[in-house]
Amino acid sequence: MAIDLQNVQFSYPGVPDKTVLNIRHWSVSPGEQVFLHGPSGGGKSTLLNLLSGMLRAHHGEVSVLGERLDQMSNRQRDKFRANHIGYVFQQFNLIPYLGATDNIQLAAHFSARKRQVLKNEIHELLSSLGIPPDDWHKPTARLSIGQQQRIAIARALINNPELLIADEPSSSLDQQNRDNFMSLLMSLVDKHGITLLFVSHDMSLSQYFGRIEALSDINSPEAH
Amino acid sequence: MFIGLAYKSLLNRKGSVLLTVLALTVSIFVLLAVEHIRHQAKDSFSNTVSGVDLVVGARTGSLNLLLYSVFRVGSPTNNISWDSYQTIASGKNVAWAVPISLGDSYQGYRVMGTTRDYFKYFSYGQKHQLKFTSGKAFEGVFDVVLGFEVAKQLKHTLGDKVILAHGIASTSFSLHDDRPFKVVGILAPTGTPVDQTVHVSLQGIEAIHMGWRQGVKMPGATLSAEQLAQMAFQPKSITAFMLGLKSRITTFRVQREINTYKREPMLAILPGVALSELWQMMGMFENTLRLISVFILIAALLGLSAMLLASIRERQREIQLLRVVGAPPFFLFLLVELEALLVAVVSILLGASMLYMSLSIVGDVLVSNFGLHISTNIVSKSNVLVLFWMICSTVIVAAIPSLGAYKSARSRQME
Repeated sequence: MAIDLQNVQFSYPGVPDKTVLNIRHWSVSPGEQVFLHGPSGGGKSTLLNLLSGMLRAHHGEVSVLGERLDQMSNRQRDKFRANHIGYVFQQFNLIPYLGATDNIQLAAHFSARKRQVLKNEIHELLSSLGIPPDDWHKPTARLSIGQQQRIAIARALINNPELLIADEPSSSLDQQNRDNFMSLLMSLVDKHGITLLFVSHDMSLSQYFGRIEALSDINSPEAH
Repeated sequence: MFIGLAYKSLLNRKGSVLLTVLALTVSIFVLLAVEHIRHQAKDSFSNTVSGVDLVVGARTGSLNLLLYSVFRVGSPTNNISWDSYQTIASGKNVAWAVPISLGDSYQGYRVMGTTRDYFKYFSYGQKHQLKFTSGKAFEGVFDVVLGFEVAKQLKHTLGDKVILAHGIASTSFSLHDDRPFKVVGILAPTGTPVDQTVHVSLQGIEAIHMGWRQGVKMPGATLSAEQLAQMAFQPKSITAFMLGLKSRITTFRVQREINTYKREPMLAILPGVALSELWQMMGMFENTLRLISVFILIAALLGLSAMLLASIRERQREIQLLRVVGAPPFFLFLLVELEALLVAVVSILLGASMLYMSLSIVGDVLVSNFGLHISTNIVSKSNVLVLFWMICSTVIVAAIPSLGAYKSARSRQME
């Protein structure tokens, strides 16, 4: 299983009485593309933080790509995230004062493969995402939002992750850019056989996905 | 990659970083300048005299004797008799003796009566002997040898006529205008009070005071040049004298002999010991300066720390992003430390170049006004040590914002 949650309960240390997340069982097969929707405050961010290893579950089992995240140390989870998980946010996916290539290289820097990411590889990736060479070294803050989000995909994919988590990645784009972005994302995910967990409240995007889940269906914070 | 990230991150905050760099640059400049000038002054100070085993004068404080005999500062308390000088100079342990007679001046520069041996035995710094840029030592009664600065400031060349004044004020109303001296030699620069001294023979000093009583010229009592030339001027007293000994082992014995000399109260001092005593008196002032410069540096470093801490707040998103691509919290700690170090290193380079340029520019002014030779070579062991401690303090002070970044990174979650 790419993702496998068993009896996961989570509450923030400040408010231990309020259970934010309570998932009895939920799993995603490798290569599956899942659209997850739900209202704000429904525990979406918490779930993503658990899956990426930014937060650690104190109850239950969190397995990602067959590894028990809840049993790893902080350092191990950081390493795991760098090596196996790609992440795209709604915005601020890139360090604004670095160029596209530097941003991508930075992501490669933390991966355990420690392979020398050749400039060529990055440039190929950027070209395939339709970023003109003139823009490769400009501070990304000076590029358009559409370009920034495409570079964000390149950054998320540089370490060949098995799992890609996308958190409202297209919400800041206009209609046309959104369509371009979605087809680009889906084609890349298909091509590399990456498991995709896509979180959004924009139901119109669900057309791209084979599996659609409402968070409220899997999360029942009140039922212990 | 790491340094590139820190560098570009700083570049992204040009304004506040530039101001911080400026503050640090100024404080490093002050710190280095104080340290450098302190050392240079100390060196030039303790290099004032060397190769002289004992300085002997009338009984007084050892610092006073040192000041008037070597630095030509202040006034001699009393003279010592020529007989005593002769007796001691002919002692069996004494290799050489050079008498000094002070009390006159020329345009504010002290006149020193001595013998030709002075140019042979007196040395400064690392046993450097006095050298002539032009001319030679005095031979005749009315010959004069000028120190380098005297000749340079008053634009004297060989053959110029010089009229000495009685007393040591720069404007004197009683001139020895009846006895002009002729410049026969100009000494090479030494960076010591020798540069500011006008050297004449003891006989010259005696000759210009012929016919003077109680420091006043007696009308009608002066003698003609012909009469003077025929007289053998034997000084009755001198101000002080320098001794060189055959063996340094006998230094303390000779010193004791002089200090307990029955016929006249005299004092013999070891110039090196007296010099370091004098320097110790300046230690207080010196430490105050150092303390102030250290505080300035601390203030600047705290400014750096405050700048970085403020930046952490506006970089929350960046921290989050770095965490997501797998940066451990400690990376954020190191990143902020590295930024602080980059600022410090740039400031050091700027501060040091600023000091170098300032020294090159004001070096001439210091030499001509204070006789202080400050080398522009600011790379010294103590300065390197100062910079090392400065880097250490930077790391310590920058730990505050770095810990902030670390904590922020640890508690960071994706929103």
